[in-house]
Amino acid sequence: MRETNKVISVQEACKKITSGMTIMLGGFGGVGNPPTIICEMLAAELKNLTVICNDAGFPDIGVGRLVTDKRVVRLIASHIGSNPNAGKQMTNGELEIEFSPQGTLAERIRAGGSGLGGILTDIGIGNDFVENGKQTVEVNGRRYLVETALTAEVSLVYAKKADTYGNLVYDTSARNTNPLVATAGNLTIAEAEEIVEAGELHPEEIVTPGAFVDYVVKSEGVNWTWAWERK
Amino acid sequence: MGKEVRHSIARRAAQEVKPGMIVNLGIGIPTLVADYIENTEVMFHAENGVLGAGPSPAAGKINPLLCNAGGFPITVVSGASYFDSATAFAIIRRGLLDMTILGALEVSETGDLANWIVPGKRIPGIGGAVELAQKAKKVMILMNQLDKAGNSKLVTTCSLPLTAKKCVDMVITEMGVFRITENGFLLEEVFYPYSVEEVKQKTGARLTVGDLLTGDEGGMEDGAERANSCVDEEE
Repeated sequence: MRETNKVISVQEACKKITSGMTIMLGGFGGVGNPPTIICEMLAAELKNLTVICNDAGFPDIGVGRLVTDKRVVRLIASHIGSNPNAGKQMTNGELEIEFSPQGTLAERIRAGGSGLGGILTDIGIGNDFVENGKQTVEVNGRRYLVETALTAEVSLVYAKKADTYGNLVYDTSARNTNPLVATAGNLTIAEAEEIVEAGELHPEEIVTPGAFVDYVVKSEGVNWTWAWERK
Repeated sequence: MGKEVRHSIARRAAQEVKPGMIVNLGIGIPTLVADYIENTEVMFHAENGVLGAGPSPAAGKINPLLCNAGGFPITVVSGASYFDSATAFAIIRRGLLDMTILGALEVSETGDLANWIVPGKRIPGIGGAVELAQKAKKVMILMNQLDKAGNSKLVTTCSLPLTAKKCVDMVITEMGVFRITENGFLLEEVFYPYSVEEVKQKTGARLTVGDLLTGDEGGMEDGAERANSCVDEEE
């Protein structure tokens, strides 16, 4: 079914999310995390979330705000070094964390979004921390780890432009994991800096096809101070 | 480690970067290497999805969303491209990085690398280090010769959790340049004010001294300005 206008308010969008859900967010070090949706998630008192994201952001930047405010009980990420709150919560047992190597995490999300069961990779072979308990298979004489696919109940992404059908274009390095995350949600909500009518984006420039996107919300822009601005 | 020493290590590392290379720089001293590369034909790769990362933008010309993997604003050079993280790591795993320059906590004489769990600190997660270490054509490590406790970071066997096995090609510290060979570390250069003898003493692994160093190398007397090895370069 083709919904021709997917634009809704951020409040309506966040009503699609309930406490306890598994949520995937695009972004890398806060860049490309959807600021307006995160703000509304905090306001809507959503909690007990499982979050899948490249990293834990910074304490007051991006997905880091959900971690800092203890809305997250489980996190799947490649690193948490930039958010000490994640480390503290992990140490005292408030936050369970599953680490994946960064490229492997991206591929697990891509696999989930592509309808695959997982990937085979030699990344982490010989690294006890990465190999830890994972199934291995031999293909053409080489050993690979089986890394399982990731999907989420809701995916949240940040785009530079969306059209009313949900076609997305990203801004420079804020693309990062967003196109992957957009494909891996059972429901995908895109926050966009600018929303245009379907037809205004050239089909050639579209990065994420609107088929993957269920709802589009207008961004109010980044409302945090970047780490480099404080220096 | 003093600022000057960090920069002189970076300057020496920059000499290894040749025109046409695709290079990924890690956090810490490796980030400084870009400042010493005049060659515009080098393409810097960033894991967040940029090939062709350039210098910091002038104030007022910053796009906060255009940054390197460390989150600092960048510009891009001509020929640059943006892509998603899966593509960024496809470039790495496919073996298209000519070089990665990283920090380290320990490097073993067989080239094993430990650079992600800092002793006594919380586990930060391994990030993209495994992919870089395993797949770059050349892995160059920039680090202190000694850890905070005064132990050599060049070791026979790593005691810290490994990032990847047998991946390091070359190490540059404040004391000198080392290459990994079948016979352990090969000392190729010694930096002022250190002597070969001193480097030997501060290397906790098999070390052979290269041809370049026979004769009048080393033996500088004044060690007053030598680096104080107290900084772990890895994030």
